[in-house]
Amino acid sequence: MKIVVLMKQVPDTWGDRRLDTSTGWVDRASSDPVIDEINERALEAALTVAESAKDAEVVVMTMAPGDVSESLKKALAMGCDSAVHICDDSLAGADAGLTAAVIAAAVRAQDADLVFAGNESTDGRGGLVPAMIAEYLGLPHLGTLGDIVVDGSTVRGVRRIDGGTQAVHASLPAVISVNESNPDARFPSFKGIMGAKKKPVVTLALADLDVTAPAGRSAVLSTTVRPARSAGTVVTDDGTAAEQLADFLVSNRLV
Amino acid sequence: MTTVLALVELTESGALASGAASTLAAAAKIGNPIAIVVASPGKGKNVAADLGALGAAQVVVAESSTVATALVTPSVDALDAAIDAHKADAVFLPNSGDGREIAGRLAVRRRTTVLVDAVDVAKGKNVLIATHSVFGGGFTTTSEITGGIPIVTVRQGAAADRPVAGKPTVSTVAVESTSSSGVIDSTETLASDSTRPELRGAERVVSGGRGLGSAEKFALVEQLADTLGAAVGASRAAVDAGFVAPSLQVGQTGVTVSPQLYVALGISGAIQHRAGMQTADTIVAINKDPDAAIFQVSDFGIVGDVFTVVPQLIAAIEAKR
Ligand SMILES: Cc1cc2nc3c(=O)[nH]c(=O)nc-3n(C[C@H](O)[C@H](O)[C@H](O)COP(=O)(O)OP(=O)(O)OC[C@H]3O[C@@H](n4cnc5c(N)ncnc54)[C@H](O)[C@@H]3O)c2cc1C
Repeated sequence: MKIVVLMKQVPDTWGDRRLDTSTGWVDRASSDPVIDEINERALEAALTVAESAKDAEVVVMTMAPGDVSESLKKALAMGCDSAVHICDDSLAGADAGLTAAVIAAAVRAQDADLVFAGNESTDGRGGLVPAMIAEYLGLPHLGTLGDIVVDGSTVRGVRRIDGGTQAVHASLPAVISVNESNPDARFPSFKGIMGAKKKPVVTLALADLDVTAPAGRSAVLSTTVRPARSAGTVVTDDGTAAEQLADFLVSNRLV
Repeated sequence: MTTVLALVELTESGALASGAASTLAAAAKIGNPIAIVVASPGKGKNVAADLGALGAAQVVVAESSTVATALVTPSVDALDAAIDAHKADAVFLPNSGDGREIAGRLAVRRRTTVLVDAVDVAKGKNVLIATHSVFGGGFTTTSEITGGIPIVTVRQGAAADRPVAGKPTVSTVAVESTSSSGVIDSTETLASDSTRPELRGAERVVSGGRGLGSAEKFALVEQLADTLGAAVGASRAAVDAGFVAPSLQVGQTGVTVSPQLYVALGISGAIQHRAGMQTADTIVAINKDPDAAIFQVSDFGIVGDVFTVVPQLIAAIEAKR
């Protein structure tokens, strides 16, 4: 079984994340890049599936400008067998549609049985790319999935949907995007870290891929910064704080 | 006249899902809205009057025998066909989990892309311009699609003018779905307390964090919410600890709310929590740690124990009524 895990490097949510107000794109220089937490869960889920399958191979794939070697190294140290980095200056500012078209082309070339992705990145928050890739590949997609089980040629799980859950399955090949209920990523072992250095990392340019780019593209027209909030009154409870808060709510017409 | 399609979702019981109002309201700002309801045969027509009240000029019920079992794709097929049938200029969908997947697949079929999670829309030279709130409301952007039909997902509760209610014409079409899709085995709906407002789009929210200690003690959050007529929310730590369902999570990877009043009880105010609530008009926090980050964004903060302060607060509010 061949598994491709899609990984996105994002600005750390613990940092001060910014948009470049001239382009509307993520300002990648303003904070440290990390593997998006949801992709760490996707990696963990994929490696868990691979461990219980015969002859499984796991490829981590990312499309990103510049250096992603630390993130790829971490994925390889966790247990992925090889990495693919799609990198091309002409992809700067790619929207969800173009991103999905490019990744779909790279995934197609891998001939994977299962594609794992995160359900939504913390920077774009679009939640579109996995479904788009599935559409490009003509595959089923199980979105926001937890409790993932692969059983022969079927993948099953439970989706988180608005106001409930949904038990679903699909026959392989399929694309799945994982939700936050999936376990945290394992820590790479010393052996994993040493072994990662020898694992292949392939860099692909747009010209290496057979991409059918969409005609429609999204463009950011304007970007404005919202002024930061400032702290208001803080009182320490001396037995009257609840009464003061009730007065505050009344005077602000909030009760 | 600009023609726009607005996909509306149905709940398990066949009623309109709550994203319908903002989706239709946004669509009505751009053109003549045609509501598309995708349902099992015989199941979609009874929402037509409700859709009229929300501003739909026309209702098209797309009936498909696979709606109950095929994941997402019947709606993609229905919208794909409806774009041609109605010569639509734009497509609006709710920014729900399914809504985004449908939008994504539809965009690939129509060789275009998606403007995701619009909080507002306006007419533009390329049909429309969408407004988005990025990085927890730290930034506001506007965007458009060139070279393809605009597909827009609309945030529930997004700012939109009240649409003009009317009596829509209703028609039914059959959808042939041949796409390969996931299979739905069963759907479980959480018992929702219908007297309490829904979190998405709520005017008032009371959220609880790990500081509540247990699922039983989380009832305190619900009591204050009911006193204020507010929706209930939670931090990720409270969700992870099993105090409440994941759909109540507020923050970076949960729901984004922008209410008039947000009350945070026993929540430290981690940056990822703030990303989901810091655009609230008024923020109130109660936390026993004077250094909790939540106080940096609060209009009124109390350093104190929620189990002492909140019961007193409920009594004080009731006394002032
Ligand atoms: C990628 C990513 C995404 C994330 N997404 C989200 C998200 O969407 N939403 C989210 O909330 N978090 C999110 N987090 C997690 C976030 O970092 C915090 O861990 C989480 O918000 C903490 O929740 P909490 O404030 O309830 O718990 P804690 O940080 O443990 O805080 C509990 C607070 O309760 C107070 N307290 C305890 N007892 C009492 C009492 N009796 N009375 C008063 N106060 C009391 C304590 O002083 C403390 O401040 C995310 C993290 C990452 C890395």
